[in-house]
Amino acid sequence: MAAEAGKIDPMHQFQIQGLGGAALDGTPFVFTNSALWMLIVLACAFLFMWGGMKRELVPGRWQAAVESFVEFISGMVLANVGPEGKKYVPWIFTIFTFIIFSNFLGLVPLAIIPGQHPFTVTSQFTVTGLMAIMSFAIVLVVGFWKHGLHFFKLFVPSGTPFVLKLLIVPIEFISFLVRPFSLALRLFVAMIAGHILLEVFGNFIVNGLNSGSPLGIFIAAISFVFILGVNALELLVCAIQAYVFALLASLYINDAVHLH
Amino acid sequence: MPQLNQLMFVYQSQWFWLLLCLALIYIFIGRGMVPKIENVVEDRNARIQSDLDAAERAHAEADEAEEQARTGELQARGQAQSVIADAKAAAAEQTEAALASADAKVAEKLSAAEASIAEARAQAVSSLESVAAEAARDVVAKVSGVEVSADQAAATVKAVLADG
Repeated sequence: MAAEAGKIDPMHQFQIQGLGGAALDGTPFVFTNSALWMLIVLACAFLFMWGGMKRELVPGRWQAAVESFVEFISGMVLANVGPEGKKYVPWIFTIFTFIIFSNFLGLVPLAIIPGQHPFTVTSQFTVTGLMAIMSFAIVLVVGFWKHGLHFFKLFVPSGTPFVLKLLIVPIEFISFLVRPFSLALRLFVAMIAGHILLEVFGNFIVNGLNSGSPLGIFIAAISFVFILGVNALELLVCAIQAYVFALLASLYINDAVHLH
Repeated sequence: MPQLNQLMFVYQSQWFWLLLCLALIYIFIGRGMVPKIENVVEDRNARIQSDLDAAERAHAEADEAEEQARTGELQARGQAQSVIADAKAAAAEQTEAALASADAKVAEKLSAAEASIAEARAQAVSSLESVAAEAARDVVAKVSGVEVSADQAAATVKAVLADG
């Protein structure tokens, strides 16, 4: 939503506001639009899962959808981590569910109601960062718990000549430390970029039509075609980014469990 | 970028609400609902598998029964053939025996008949001789008036008959 007519402010949609007259004073319990959307994500996730809990022998459509959703995640974790991966399924499922519902809810065209707009929780790096740090913390805890100091062997690929080890170990170590950042930033950047693109070209359509000139209408038409494609792409990106986050988290857990 | 500008004012609230939501999802969905749904799927898969196994077993049993029926039929046929062969052999034997006994009887009758014929012939011949001898004596007596003894006539007739 542009702040004023004719002025494009694509960052406004990422603004966090206190709700119910609450001021952003840096305390934990402030209820914001971001918190509201997290609760909406929570409610949608619960609604979706609850609809699939009929536990019938022959599943209906909803139950089949929930079952394939669950099987998708648990199958991915089991394929990547092996049978020991079963105890990590709840966490991977949690982040996957939260991310995919946040991503899709952020695309709901609420802006047609004046003054409203959806808030994409995953476009905040405070959110993606915390999820990445938690996943990384699980990797560290599991790694040191299972292997003790042998966990550092993760940085030493077996069968490497000594000279190469001098080079490879620091590289492996740095790439390991970068993991939480890449995990958090990938999702955050994908979400923010897509939403800025949608916002900017959406405003091109509105401003082009408002200008009334043939050139403005032409630009609006082109922007409309473009935004159709971007919307389809964004829907794809929403699912892919959730999948990538969950996949990488389970791959990192696999490193911690098996040390390559 | 609001994410940076607002960072110090919102991060605690963001983390609080995020942790709350993630904890609720983790506890109630991840640990509560997901294992139940997995169990439902596993149960269904196990049931489908057991049904398939049962079907396969039934199929194997049917195959076995068919095989048994086939071997039973083959056996029965073999038995029937051997029974037929035995019966044939027995019948042939009986026929042969009956034929042999009939042959023997026929031969016996034949030989008896031959013997009686020979006897009758011999009798006929012998009676012919005596008749011939008597006739010859009469003829000789009538023609020449010579009385020929019966023995002489008989010997002469015998000689002539033997020549003839």
